[in-house]
Amino acid sequence: MTALEFDKRPSPARWGSRHKGAPLSTAVVLFIALFLSIPVLVVFGYIFVPAGDVWAHLASTVLPLYLVNTVTLAIGVAAFVLCIGVGAAWLVTMCEFPGRRIFTWALFLPLAMPAYIIAYTYTGMLDFAGPVQTFLREAFDWTRADYWFPAIRSLGGAVAMLGLVLYPYVYLVSRAAFLEQSICALEVGRTLGRGPWRVFFSIALPLARPAIVTGLALALMETLSDFGTVQYFAVDTFTTGIYRTWFGLGEPAAAAQLAAILMIFVFSLILLERLNRGKRKYHHTTGRYQKITRYPLSRLRQTLAVLACFLPVFLGFLLPTGWLLKDSLSHFDDVFDAHFPVLVLNSVAVAAVAAGLSLLLALLLIYGIRQGGRAPSRLKQLSLRIASMGYAVPGPVLAVGILLPFGFVDNAVDHWMRTTFDISTGLLLSGTMAALLFAYIVRFLAVALNTVEAGVETVTPNMTLAARTLGVSGIRALLRVHIPIISGSLMSALLLVFVDVMKELPATLVLRPFGFETLAVRAYEMASDERLTAAAGPSLAIVAAGILPVIVLSRAIARSRPGQKHRMKPGAL
Amino acid sequence: MSSLVFKNVRHRYDREYSVNIDRLEVAAGKLVCLLGPSGCGKSTTLRLAAGLESPLEGEIQIDGEVMANDSIFVGSEDRRVGLVFQDYALFPHLSVQDNVGFGLSHLSRADRRRQSLAMLETVGMQGSADKYPHMLSGGEQQRVALARALAPNPRVLLMDEPFSGLDVVLRNRVRDETLALLKKMGTTVLMVTHDPEEAMRMADEIVLMQGGRIIQQGSPGALYSQPVNAFAASFLGDVNRVPVTAVGECYETDLGPVPAAPDIDGPVTEILVRPEAIRFLPAVDAAAPTGEVALSRNLGAFCLVDILFKSGFRATARVATLHQPIVGETCSIALNLDGVFIFPSAANAQKANNPVSN
Repeated sequence: MTALEFDKRPSPARWGSRHKGAPLSTAVVLFIALFLSIPVLVVFGYIFVPAGDVWAHLASTVLPLYLVNTVTLAIGVAAFVLCIGVGAAWLVTMCEFPGRRIFTWALFLPLAMPAYIIAYTYTGMLDFAGPVQTFLREAFDWTRADYWFPAIRSLGGAVAMLGLVLYPYVYLVSRAAFLEQSICALEVGRTLGRGPWRVFFSIALPLARPAIVTGLALALMETLSDFGTVQYFAVDTFTTGIYRTWFGLGEPAAAAQLAAILMIFVFSLILLERLNRGKRKYHHTTGRYQKITRYPLSRLRQTLAVLACFLPVFLGFLLPTGWLLKDSLSHFDDVFDAHFPVLVLNSVAVAAVAAGLSLLLALLLIYGIRQGGRAPSRLKQLSLRIASMGYAVPGPVLAVGILLPFGFVDNAVDHWMRTTFDISTGLLLSGTMAALLFAYIVRFLAVALNTVEAGVETVTPNMTLAARTLGVSGIRALLRVHIPIISGSLMSALLLVFVDVMKELPATLVLRPFGFETLAVRAYEMASDERLTAAAGPSLAIVAAGILPVIVLSRAIARSRPGQKHRMKPGAL
Repeated sequence: MSSLVFKNVRHRYDREYSVNIDRLEVAAGKLVCLLGPSGCGKSTTLRLAAGLESPLEGEIQIDGEVMANDSIFVGSEDRRVGLVFQDYALFPHLSVQDNVGFGLSHLSRADRRRQSLAMLETVGMQGSADKYPHMLSGGEQQRVALARALAPNPRVLLMDEPFSGLDVVLRNRVRDETLALLKKMGTTVLMVTHDPEEAMRMADEIVLMQGGRIIQQGSPGALYSQPVNAFAASFLGDVNRVPVTAVGECYETDLGPVPAAPDIDGPVTEILVRPEAIRFLPAVDAAAPTGEVALSRNLGAFCLVDILFKSGFRATARVATLHQPIVGETCSIALNLDGVFIFPSAANAQKANNPVSN
């Protein structure tokens, strides 16, 4: 750390000519980055490993299906989140209607709901035995053959589920973009004779487009990563395909190759977003941010606006949460059995440890690259990017990328120990807590990095130096200057990683030690066994935890002013 | 006694010396300005004094104690120097009072509070003790930064372009107030600036730097009227570069003959003339250099007049507004030789690549 390094220097009489940036810190940063990129490298490395007949079999049978389903899912979700996200953002920013201020933050709420959990609840509500269809049958005296009802467990259902919980990404960035737009540009449009609709389409939307693409890219990355929903709905996509190829067919190489294809999708998304970001800086010609004069709406339109904002919140959060609550309470003894506290403890413990480790690593990396108060070298910046790449890696891909090398190391060590000492060591890494924690860190370090970096950036190098000239350096400077200033960011980073880990399903499912159950795993298992009411308890607990960062987020956004960048849910982008 | 002494101090970041100072002294109670273009090593010199950089060679002393030499290096936390940053670097999480008391942690809570408040009163900020930095204006933040640096009673106060963050109107006021305060307290100050006007306004002594070296050192008046080379002359104020047309007893120029200086080492191709050294004669005089007024700009107390000579050479003169000539008028001029500088052309060619306009 900048402050500490001076203290440790034994005889600091001659460091005037030292090279920029100590090589040690570069080495450490680079090592961490490379270590964390092992899963991705392994997955891509398998492109060159022949998988033989299995691959030919996959290519001729399921691969086209995976491709079509994945692409359809992505396009469907994109359309869904764009309509809701951008529309709602425009309404709450530019129009006046009852409840507007509440909707401003309430529209974030579905962010707390993992897609697989909302899928379980809607299945409970809408499938054949659910209350809706039962009610219809009883009311009209129908039998199964008498009516048609849309199947929730379908591709369309998956689009709806993912869309309902992912639209906040687009809402978040669009709202920020609309707020940032100089109101003058819009007013000029109005004085030039354009009505509200044409101002929206000809000025506001083009100005906000770069930001919207970023939000959309995040939502689509989540879509591609989704495993729980599509698995439960039996929609064959790449994530389920990877899982099945490995654990059903027992073909790790083929699974890794499927994973590589999926990663290519993800990286194209990132590339798209990057290219788009180059154009992001639309300069405002005026620095003045006037108070927005919102469009007054007629009674009818007000009703429509309220409905348009209420439905996403209701369907994406209130209804499923209420349903989970109802299920949990009505099957209280079944849900909150003796095992439940163990689940909570497991989830909280593993999430807390993963969050703590991610935070430590993030601090190490960020202070490592900022060392000496000079601009970090290209190499270090690249390392940071590599270290945050894992955020883009879908859970099943990550699982494959970890199981393969860990299994290889286990086998190698076991073989060597047996031949040398005649001792079998068995599995040292695979199926251990270490593997699971490694997965979480690879996946969510970017979250901690982005949040901590934003905080550390507020401590200027001169503040550290000012403390030194005032006689405060080393640990004391860290405690009195750095920690107090960045503590808020550190807490946010902990919280965000904690909740992300609690929600994580596919990697946990695959990598957990034998018999280790978390809330997410239990919810998945109960739902897979068609015991949806038993899944309600763990699901509700996850949703409850998920609300915490949403509150933090809405508070941060409420505090921010136009012209300031919002720190949104981060990504490796 | 000198409070701060640099002896043969060298420092480098890359291959070339960023600082290469044979001797620099700041006498007790004096305010010395390090002046120079960006990249001349003045900020590094300040950081060396503060102990934020370590010299490669040489010795730095404060109040006679060695701060850095071949075997000793005293870290900035132990140097008892005050440092005011360009961006003030106030701690955003601490109140104004706690910022000022930050360097007083050896005192009891009550003493610290008393001293911080006293210091705030000195800079006229006692009313803002409980505010936070972001609630203050730029000028107020500057005063808090000053109070924070002065509170532990430093042996030397170091200031790195402390006024550059302020707008022009505020800057002049804060500058005068700061100067008055520092003089009243008898503080020894080393200050970095790139603004010659600021240096002349504040400094007891100016140290002009270029390429890590000290070019000239002296009172503001001496630097302005007796520059050691063309760079020094042009950095401290505007100059006309007047081509020499013939050399004999005198250097012949469009502005008239200038007596040759005997001790010039090398050929002279141009002479430097301060705008205010050009004086208008009351009437056109065929014997004196004569030209036509091409441009006349009124700047209030004085005006800038461009004179176009037959050769095509154009000179700028600065005269009192009371005598503002009219554009198109023919006029004759005379030179005040106090504002005329002659340097050998080799040095001119070398140093003239730093045109300065203020």
